[in-house]
Amino acid sequence: MSALLRDLESAVGIGGCLWRPEELLPYECDGLTLGSQQAAAVVLPRSREEVQAVVRACRRHRVSFVPRGAGTGLSGGAVAHAAVVIECSRMDRIREVDAVDRVAVVEPGVVNADLSKAVVHLGLHYAPDPSSQLACTLGGNFAENSGGPHTLKYGATSRHVLGLELVLPDGEVVELGSRTGFATGYDLVGAVVGSEGTLGVVTAGTVRLTAIPEAVETLLAIFPDVVSACRAVTGIIRKGLLPAALEIVDQRTIRAVEASVYAAGLPTDAGAVLLVEIDGPAEDLAGQVEAVRGLCASEGASRVDVARDDAERQRFWRARKGAFGAMGRLAPDLYVHDAVVPRARLPEVLDAVCEIGDRYRLKLSNVFHAGDGNLHPNISFDRRDADELARVLAAGEEILRTCVAAGGVITGEHGVGSEKRDFMGLVFSEDDLDAMRRLRSVFDPDAVCNPDKVLPTPHFCAEANPKARGYDRVPFE
Amino acid sequence: MEVETPRVAENTRPEWEEILEESLACVHCGLCLSACPTYRQTGRETSSPRGRIYLMRAAAQGRIEPDGLLAEEAFLCLGCRACETACPAGVRYGRLVELTRSRVRQRGLLPRVERLLLRQLIPRRARLARAFDGLRALQRTRLDALLGSLLPRRLREARALLPAVPPRGQRGMPPEILAPEGPRRGRVGFLAGCVMSELFADVNAATLRVLSRNGFEVVVPPTQGCCGALQAHAGDANFAAELAAHNARVFEAAGVDAVISNSAGCGAAMRDSAGWLADSGRLLADSGRLLADSGSWLAEHARDVSSFLDEQGWRAPLEPLPLRVCYDDPCHLVHAQGVEAAPRRLLQAIPQLELVPHADPGACCGAAGTYNLTQPEMAGAVLDVKLDSLAAADPDVVATGNPGCMMQLAAGLSRRGLRARVKHPVELLDESSGGNVQGAPLYS
Repeated sequence: MSALLRDLESAVGIGGCLWRPEELLPYECDGLTLGSQQAAAVVLPRSREEVQAVVRACRRHRVSFVPRGAGTGLSGGAVAHAAVVIECSRMDRIREVDAVDRVAVVEPGVVNADLSKAVVHLGLHYAPDPSSQLACTLGGNFAENSGGPHTLKYGATSRHVLGLELVLPDGEVVELGSRTGFATGYDLVGAVVGSEGTLGVVTAGTVRLTAIPEAVETLLAIFPDVVSACRAVTGIIRKGLLPAALEIVDQRTIRAVEASVYAAGLPTDAGAVLLVEIDGPAEDLAGQVEAVRGLCASEGASRVDVARDDAERQRFWRARKGAFGAMGRLAPDLYVHDAVVPRARLPEVLDAVCEIGDRYRLKLSNVFHAGDGNLHPNISFDRRDADELARVLAAGEEILRTCVAAGGVITGEHGVGSEKRDFMGLVFSEDDLDAMRRLRSVFDPDAVCNPDKVLPTPHFCAEANPKARGYDRVPFE
Repeated sequence: MEVETPRVAENTRPEWEEILEESLACVHCGLCLSACPTYRQTGRETSSPRGRIYLMRAAAQGRIEPDGLLAEEAFLCLGCRACETACPAGVRYGRLVELTRSRVRQRGLLPRVERLLLRQLIPRRARLARAFDGLRALQRTRLDALLGSLLPRRLREARALLPAVPPRGQRGMPPEILAPEGPRRGRVGFLAGCVMSELFADVNAATLRVLSRNGFEVVVPPTQGCCGALQAHAGDANFAAELAAHNARVFEAAGVDAVISNSAGCGAAMRDSAGWLADSGRLLADSGRLLADSGSWLAEHARDVSSFLDEQGWRAPLEPLPLRVCYDDPCHLVHAQGVEAAPRRLLQAIPQLELVPHADPGACCGAAGTYNLTQPEMAGAVLDVKLDSLAAADPDVVATGNPGCMMQLAAGLSRRGLRARVKHPVELLDESSGGNVQGAPLYS
C-alpha cells in the first residue's frame, strides 16, 4: 500500500477508503457514460475535519482530488483521472432547520428530496427540483447550480444558497455568505455555486426554504406541432403569467414513450405536448387556468386537459418523466444533452437539432424546459459501438454550435464538466477564459481541485475556435 | 471531451450473457442510489444497485473476476428491490442479482450450510414440522436460551427473532377445502407457505376465513410445495425453478381462478417464476407442455391476498377496531409486486381504524429472507432506521404482510421496548369481520 493510501486511511478510517481496482471501477463514470476515468482512490469522510485531513494528505502527496455526491451529474464532472475522489455521501446530516428564518443548514451529502421531506411538516420545501432530486445531493446541486422543471418560477440553486462552508485546496476552511441572504462585499457564494467543484470542497450550505404553495393546477395541452406549442408558451409569458413549469415534449418523445412500458396514453400523431403547472394561493388559480386554456386553444391546441387530482397530475408528468426511461430502453446508453437558446428561436433550433440527429443516424428525441428555452435532446446509443459513439460526439458538437449560432449557451443546468470543456471557446474569448482562470486561481492556485474540468487548456481552445467571440457580444434574450 | 476506449477487450463470458444483456438496460442515471438501504448505510457506490450492475457488467465482459468484490456485493444486497421502484429505465435488478448469485462462488462454511437447509429442510414439510417440534421442545424447557448463549453471535440473534412455536395442533397445513359463505364468487387456491404454516398458522386461518367470508371457495392442495423464493434469492436458481414448476402444476390442476398467498415473499416468487422457468426448454413429464408455459400460468394467477380482495371488492361487514395502525410495506409486495394502495385501502375500510403515517414505509426492515443470518450487522443497521421511524409514529399496531418482516419487526420493537404489536393486515380484517367465531382450534 502506498504512502498516500496510508495517509488517506488514517484521515477517514479503514472503512472509509476504497482503493482496490474493483472498488474503483464503479466510480469510473457518473451520469454521463461517454467516457471513463480511473481514480487513484475514493474516500468517504464523515466530517469537515476529515475532509480537511484528506485534502492535506492529497497536497502532501501532490495528488489532485475531486468532490463527488451521488454521481448523477450529466457532464462528467465527478470523475477523477488518477486523482482522489472525495465522496460526500456520508456527510448527510441536516444540521439545523430554522422555520422562522426559513433556512436550513445542510451537509453536502443530503439528498435534495430528503431536505424537502424533512421540512414538509413546517409547510416548507426546498424549491430547486432537478429531475434527479430523489437521488442527487445538495453538494452536487451547489456545484452544478442545478435547475429543474420549476426553475422558471423559483430560480436555480444559486437563488437558494445563502452561505457555504468551504474547505479550500490548502485545507483551510472559509465561511462564505450570510444566513440573512445579504452578503457584504463581493458575492463569493455566487462564485462557488456553479463552480463544479473546482474551487474547494463544500462541507455545509445554508439554504433558503420556501413555503409550499397552497394549491397546484396542472394542464396538459396537445398541439399539432412544436411551433404552435412554443407560441403558446410565449403567449403565456407575454400575458404576465408565471407558471411554475412550462415543459414541451416533442413528437419523437411521445412516440418513444407510447411504444414503451411507460405509455401515458398520449396521441402519437400529436406534434407536441405542453405541460403547464401553475401554483400559488388557491383563489388565484382558477383565472390563470382559464387564461392558459384560452391561450393554448387560440394557438391551435386540439385538446387541453386539467388534472382533476394528484393521480392525474402524476399521469400528466409521466409523459415528461417517462421520456428518460423510454429512451433508455432503446439502447444501453443515454446521452442527455443540455443547451439553452432564446425562447423565440426554439422552433427553428429544434428542427435543426432533429435534422442533425437524423443526419448522424441517431435515435434522438427532445424534451425541454420551454419557459427557459432549455433544450434536452436525448440520444440513445451504445458506447461499445465506436462508430456510433463518434457520431454521438459529432452530433453533440453540432447541436452546441447550432444553439450558440442562435444566440444560446452550451449548458443550462448540467454544467460543463469534462463533457463540454473544450467547447467553452464557442461562447467565450481567450480573455474571458483567462479572467475565469484567474478567479479560479484565487481559490486554487495550483489547480488541484477537480482539475481538467470546466476550463480548457489555453492552446486547445484557441486552436479549436480562433474566432471565439466575447460573451458580452452574444445576444441574450 | 476525451474518450477512452476500454483497455480490456470485451470478452463476454458465455454463462454471463443473460446478465450482460439485462445489465445494458441500466443507463447509469443513479436514481436508484438513495432507494438502496445498503448504499444509504455505507455511502459506497460499490454497495449501490448502479455500482453492482456496473460490476456485473464488468464481470460479464471479463474485466473483473466474478468471485471477488462482486460476489461480496451480490450477497450484501438485501434483495429488497426498492431500486426497481426507483428505476426509470425498468431494469430488472432482482433478476440480475439472483442470476449473479447463481454464478458466483461464496467463501466459507455458512453458504454451504444455508444451501443444505434450503434444499433439504425448508421444502420438506414433514422434516420442517419435526424441526419446529424440536424447537418448541427447546423453547418450553427454556433450554433454547441456554443453548442460545453458546451459539455464535449471528445465530444467537436469529434465535432471538423466533416467536414461540405453537403446539402441533395449531401448526401445519390448513384444511383442504373451505366453502364460501354466501353466494360463491369464485374458487381460489391458497399457498400455505413454509414459515407461515409453522409459525403463523393463525394468520393462514384468518386468511382462509376472510376469503370465505367474501364469497370465495378456498382450495389448499395438500401436494403443494415450497415457492422457491429463498432458494432463488440464495442463487440456487435451478432448484427454485423445479419447486415453482411443481406448484404451477398442482395449482393449475386444482382448477382455480387465482393462487392466493399471504406472504409477500412467496407471492413475488410465484410472480417471478415465469422468468425462472423461461430458460428451461424442458417438457413437463405428465402433460407434454413446456415448463415455461406452466411458469407463466402461475405468474399470471398469483395474487397477494390484499390485492386480490381489493380487486374483487370487499363484501363482508366490518366492525369497528379503534386502533392506530402503521402499515409497513413488505419489499416483496410494494417493490417486487407493485402492490401499495390495496392493503391500505382495505385497512382504511375498517371503522375507527386510523392509519398513521410513518417515515419511509417502503424501506426494507432488514429481514430479507435469510439475510439476518448471513449479514447480521447490515440487517441490524437497516432495522434501526425502521425502528426510529416507527418509534416516532408510536402506533398500537404495525401491520405488514410477510412472515420475515413480521418476525424482524416484532423482535426489533420488543428489543427497543416499544409497545406496538405486529400483525398481518389480514388478521385485522379477520378480527373486524368476525374473527374466529367458532372459537375452535385452528386446524383439527
